[in-house]
Amino acid sequence: MLKDITIGQFFPGNSFIHKLDPRFKIVFTIAFIVMLFVADSFAGLGIGIVFVLMAFLVSRIPFKMMLKSLKPILPIIIFTSVLNILFIRTGDVIFKWSFIIITKQGFTTAAFMVIRIMALIVGTSLLTYTTSPIVLTDAIERLLSPLKKVKVPVHELAMMMTIALRFIPTLVEETDKIMSAQKARGADLESGNLIQRAKALVPILVPLFVSSFRRAEELALAMECRCYHGGDGRTRMKQLKCSYRDFVSLLIIAGFLAVIIVFNILGI
Amino acid sequence: MQNFLKAERVRFSYVNNMENPPVVNEVLKGVDLEIKKGEFVAVLGHNGSGKSTLAKCFNAINLPEEGEVYAVGFNTKDEDKILDIRQNVGMVFQNPDNQLVATIVEEDVAFALENMGVEPKEIRRRVDEALKTVGMYEFREHAPHKLSGGQKQRIAIAGIIAMEPKCILLDEPTAMLDPKGRREVLKTIKKLNRENGVTIVLITHYMEEAALADRVVVIDSGQVIIDDVPQKVFSQVEKMKSVGLDVPQVTELCWELKNAGFDISTEIITEDECVEALLGLLKKEN
Repeated sequence: MLKDITIGQFFPGNSFIHKLDPRFKIVFTIAFIVMLFVADSFAGLGIGIVFVLMAFLVSRIPFKMMLKSLKPILPIIIFTSVLNILFIRTGDVIFKWSFIIITKQGFTTAAFMVIRIMALIVGTSLLTYTTSPIVLTDAIERLLSPLKKVKVPVHELAMMMTIALRFIPTLVEETDKIMSAQKARGADLESGNLIQRAKALVPILVPLFVSSFRRAEELALAMECRCYHGGDGRTRMKQLKCSYRDFVSLLIIAGFLAVIIVFNILGI
Repeated sequence: MQNFLKAERVRFSYVNNMENPPVVNEVLKGVDLEIKKGEFVAVLGHNGSGKSTLAKCFNAINLPEEGEVYAVGFNTKDEDKILDIRQNVGMVFQNPDNQLVATIVEEDVAFALENMGVEPKEIRRRVDEALKTVGMYEFREHAPHKLSGGQKQRIAIAGIIAMEPKCILLDEPTAMLDPKGRREVLKTIKKLNRENGVTIVLITHYMEEAALADRVVVIDSGQVIIDDVPQKVFSQVEKMKSVGLDVPQVTELCWELKNAGFDISTEIITEDECVEALLGLLKKEN
């Protein structure tokens, strides 16, 4: 069950999207999020979806990965749609029973929100699918480097992120192991109400925490042994270079964003 | 080189300040040890004997309370030389999962070089070379968590040899690996020593691994108690057992045979030697 978490999973490849400068890719992702939030009609949202599907096709990431990335947010999708359906009370009433009023407006808003969230997740996971996390943090570090002047520990933050990403699969694997070990001793993780199940997680989280600290200590030692001494004087094997691809993509994205804004103004 | 790796009357203790009064656990009690360039030394000792602590003294992770430690010609107390020491005295740990920093093999191998501020082109060259040396070049773009234990450990070794160190300390590098992984790692270590002339200090619990070394050092309760070639060390079966260590099975067999009154040498550490000796014995009996 824990194997399904895909955030931060990188698929090496050679596509146009893979070759984009990661700094630009981050900017593009932000632009894409802006796109989705600027769009206030289904047509506008449709443009955003066309964009992300196009990007997915170009990146040659297996299509099922897109669906996989949506799986963990299924509860959020259900939750928002239910909330929207139940709590929007204006518009044509379809169904009415005591205090529950369901309107057509509620359904459309719910659909709108769900599509927006799904597009958001698909778009952002495309960033992590096509960019190795280290390159990604490197890019974030470069993008934020002006903040070093105001004493923001940019390198340290980037390093923390890299390590966090690196350890996700390791800790997931470990959680699986601890769960099996506790189950083997008779721990009941699947039945009972919410509170009982939350309590049942304690014997899993405690060993996980303890071992994470041990790992952290060992990792710090190993990093010291490999001459790590903060960001001063550090070089990078892979230099970031922007090319014609980045500017072409920039134009395409600006085009999409412009279309959405025009749609908004025209009220389509 | 003078003072390549040298410990002089080194004392070291861990202090637990959480207790009141603080608990002092003296781990090294006056260790004297010198390792020469190009040697392959195995360090044996049961858990808590201080062997890992001693290894960490050699790359300036631990600083001795008393005595001096020299590594590649520098005193480890010299703070300005710490990076020179760490670059030349690499260290590989037991758990490969806890020493890989990056999510892509080649980026992990490049980590130390990036810290050292090496030029990007030179990093690329050295990373490729290191990966080829450990035989993991074709995995350079893989994610480490998808590799086997032995492969991960070889990546960790590649990350160290990319620094081009003169010496590598390995702290039970095979303890968490299956037999296949162990063989791969040992082969790599031997190759580094024989072909690249890297000095190897291998801390291990496996007597068969120690038998591969040029020299075996046995540490017990913070002191070096035996320091000799493997044949001589393992022939002291009783002494080894008294400090909680084993000897290779073949050595033990010969020792038992000798005790039973047969005329056989106990300075036998490999299976081939044992077979030969047994054959000789059988011929003589006939």
